[in-house]
Amino acid sequence: MDIKAYIALSLTLFTIGIIGVLVRRNAIIIFMCVELMLNAVNLLLLAFSKMHAMSPAAKALPTYASDAQIFVFFIMVVAAAEVSVGLAIIVLLYRNTHSVDVNFLNRLKN
Amino acid sequence: MNAIILTAIWGVVMMFSGVFVKSKSVPKYLAILGIAIAFIANGIELNSGNSWFTINVHGMLATNSFNLTFIAIALGSTLIYFLLSAADVERTGKHVGEYFALIFFVLCGVSLCATYKTLLMLFIGIEIMSIPLYILTGSDKRNLRSNEAALKYFLMGCFSTGIMLMGIAFIYGGTPNASFFIDNIQAGTGKMPVMIAIGMLLLMVSMSFKVSAAPFHFWTPDVYDGAPTVFTSFMSTIVKVAGFFAFVRLFESAFGTMHLQWQKLIIIITIATLLIGNVTAVFQQSVKRMLAYSSIAQAGFMLLALFALNDKAREGLLLYSAGYSLATVGIFAVLIKMEDYTIDGFKGLAKQQPVLALTATVFLLSLTGIPLTIGFQSKFYMLMAAVENGSNFWVVIVAVLFAAISAYYYFRVIQAMYFKEPTQETLLVSNISTPFKIMLVIVAVLIIAFGIYPEFIIGWKYH
Repeated sequence: MDIKAYIALSLTLFTIGIIGVLVRRNAIIIFMCVELMLNAVNLLLLAFSKMHAMSPAAKALPTYASDAQIFVFFIMVVAAAEVSVGLAIIVLLYRNTHSVDVNFLNRLKN
Repeated sequence: MNAIILTAIWGVVMMFSGVFVKSKSVPKYLAILGIAIAFIANGIELNSGNSWFTINVHGMLATNSFNLTFIAIALGSTLIYFLLSAADVERTGKHVGEYFALIFFVLCGVSLCATYKTLLMLFIGIEIMSIPLYILTGSDKRNLRSNEAALKYFLMGCFSTGIMLMGIAFIYGGTPNASFFIDNIQAGTGKMPVMIAIGMLLLMVSMSFKVSAAPFHFWTPDVYDGAPTVFTSFMSTIVKVAGFFAFVRLFESAFGTMHLQWQKLIIIITIATLLIGNVTAVFQQSVKRMLAYSSIAQAGFMLLALFALNDKAREGLLLYSAGYSLATVGIFAVLIKMEDYTIDGFKGLAKQQPVLALTATVFLLSLTGIPLTIGFQSKFYMLMAAVENGSNFWVVIVAVLFAAISAYYYFRVIQAMYFKEPTQETLLVSNISTPFKIMLVIVAVLIIAFGIYPEFIIGWKYH
């Protein structure tokens, strides 16, 4: 498949994620949208890795352009760490307000 | 390399100190010891050029005197921060050891951000730096403002990380030799390839988020205001400055040859940051919130390093990091002791606590950029770099005008301290100990000493 299709797919997922973050008001859903953005990046990195591996420069080296695949693992690990911290913060908020709606968060404005 | 490894190890030590040691004040002394060891080890590496640890990092991290000087500034500021405010960290909550452990992990991230050579290490460094900060922001668990600040910071941080990763992916796709090394991205002075241009824009947006440059600054006042004041002090100084260092190194090594193509964008961001930071700070009643806006305003000045991107700019960046961190850590240490965080709360402080008022005045003068303080020297170097850059001279004039505006809101605090009568009997939450006063005086003396001999900091860059 052409690389353009992968770019289009991944950008679509990424844009859905961004719109979700900006539009939705539920903290958990915003959080899921952020995860969607990260996974869109994972997909794109893998597609680029394959694209580079199929280029003429890669003939001599079997491991050419494999660093993007390693990068994806790092993104997954960091995303897991972020999830653990993020969910803890959301639980903390729920304990105090009994809601995960970010519209309640306006105490700092005044 | 010393700093990265020692701070990471000491983070683990601090974590265990919270489990095994029952006494509440032991973690504080352990933390001060640890940061002192890391600072000295980093100093030895800077002096001799040899690290205690030889690890094959495959060129992903590189230390040179410029990076190591920056790490020394970050560790030194943290040392001063610990000496001034460690007692207040203890007062935040029960988990004293963990707070210090998280701060050490942040410092590990700071060191990674200063030495990275690949986009992978940049990403890891920024994440190691941010994730502990989300926890520290929300560490006042029963306080709704702290919760709110943590959630806001967390969501904004994740969002900007996502944008940064998308930028990295595009840059990876755009480089013909399929590598994440920032030195390999250089695409010559010609027209930028589309994918690299997209990647660079996304990286610029996400890094602006991290250093709270306008128009991506909107989370900053709320987060800095809501977080416990001790941790605001840490994240508005050392962490922010490290973000800037990473920002400048990235755009210098990766996109330096294309400087003229993105310089206009940086000018827009700089002017917007200076405008929003300075003008909004004027209207603030709470000193804590005023300092949050002033940190945005100072970010505008640091952005001049990216605008100029020459040797003077690198020197200026080091000086600015040191000056801004010292002065802001100092003024926050005074602020923590206040009962009332509004400007009215500072009224008449000079009569009750002359030492506090005098040192706070020195810190505020340094932030304004009055001669004889390091704040003046750092602003001077930044402006000189911008002048040497040769084009767009008007940016310098605008920056100077905004520096004049900033005098208004800093001097308002000084005026309240010296020329107003106190509104209540006690202005302070607790008694001020003599060691704390001595430490404040030392910081004030350092600010003036570096203001007279800025070469002491800059010289290490050429060591």
